[in-house]
Amino acid sequence: MKEIKNLIWKDIKLELRQQNTINTMVLFMVSTLFLCYISFMLRTNTLDALTWNTLFWIILLFSAVNSAGNSFRKETSGRHLYYYQLAGPGAIILAKIIFNFLLLLVLSLLGFGLYLALLGNHVADYGVYLIALVLGSLGFSSSLTLLAGIASKTDNASGVLAVLSLPILLPLINMLIKLSKNAMDGLEFSASYDEIMTIFGIDLIVIALSYLLFPYLWKS
Amino acid sequence: MKKYWWKFLGAALLLFSVIFGFLGETPRREILNETIRMVYFHVPMWFAMMALMVSSLVYSVQYLKKGNIRDDIYASQFAAVSIVFGILGFLTGMLWGNYTWGDWLPKDPKLIAVEVGLLIYAAYFILRGSFDDEQRRARLSGIYNIFAFASFMPLVWILPRLTDSLHPGNGGNPAFGSDMDAKMRMIFYPAVLGWILIGTWIASLRIRIKLINETINE
Repeated sequence: MKEIKNLIWKDIKLELRQQNTINTMVLFMVSTLFLCYISFMLRTNTLDALTWNTLFWIILLFSAVNSAGNSFRKETSGRHLYYYQLAGPGAIILAKIIFNFLLLLVLSLLGFGLYLALLGNHVADYGVYLIALVLGSLGFSSSLTLLAGIASKTDNASGVLAVLSLPILLPLINMLIKLSKNAMDGLEFSASYDEIMTIFGIDLIVIALSYLLFPYLWKS
Repeated sequence: MKKYWWKFLGAALLLFSVIFGFLGETPRREILNETIRMVYFHVPMWFAMMALMVSSLVYSVQYLKKGNIRDDIYASQFAAVSIVFGILGFLTGMLWGNYTWGDWLPKDPKLIAVEVGLLIYAAYFILRGSFDDEQRRARLSGIYNIFAFASFMPLVWILPRLTDSLHPGNGGNPAFGSDMDAKMRMIFYPAVLGWILIGTWIASLRIRIKLINETINE
């Protein structure tokens, strides 16, 4: 437990010190949102609720793929070797997943606020929408962390990561869009219960798999 | 002879299921009519695909445990043949769907699931192609294979059951196989087994070619 906490702290400090990575991600999100704002709102002002929702999740997905792709590239491989001797592989992957989760949560909340401001507001039930954001960040971070680890060993890491992760994230994003649509329509909580449990189940499976498979990954 | 018997069995079962699949009696069902015979060809594709994917998974796990490069070759070739069966299942399904549902590609969660599944396994081969070092390729693609399998299974087995689907057994439709009578089952199960055996045979030939190539290259 203490190992995990220290590793997360290390990552957070590193992120705050080399601010260019977090700034890149925020700027990526802001410029994408602004692009959507210009193309949908300024010209025609037509963006129906369904497109609004899907567009937001697609923006979030690509921001997540971009940001998680950095999780093994920030430091040199020599430094990684050093961490592997200090902590077990399980602690390292869990710390990375939790750190990515926090990062994505901050990013998605920020993006959500901006999205509401720029592209109009269709949400009836903020509580459920926030649950969708939290579960989405958890799901994205847990699958993307391991996949980023795999992709970081190839020459063309960012391209490979996109190819590997998009089909795997598709069922998750499908459920998330359904859940957040429920939140937009203001359905009762019990109507969304099934979706929440399914997403949570997928998240748990992916975290457990990452934990089991990472020891084989870091050997190479 | 001991080692070959299953190949003969596979060929015999396939021959049996094709001949009696076209000639055998089928019950009259609304909409389905004679197209119900497609069940002998469409459904076994998925069984064969699943069986090959599971074999691929088992060999990937074996590789990660023991680190023998042969296991990786087995895993990759089983995955390659499973993709072929996936595509065949998709095509036969399109043909069948055109005559029963009136559309080559209806909006159906199972179809989407399979399209995603084919994308996932295509990504597996992209990943394999991006390594030169064979041990590293084996280890990383093995990890991805396990990860991909685990995320593909809920996609085909759980998610379609939560939403409406045109396929039997989902969304309030009667369970799988309820349209078949006892005579059809006598052909259907041998067809499934036959296609699984043929798939394994194709994969084993590919594995042998790969292994021979490996030895020549060394």
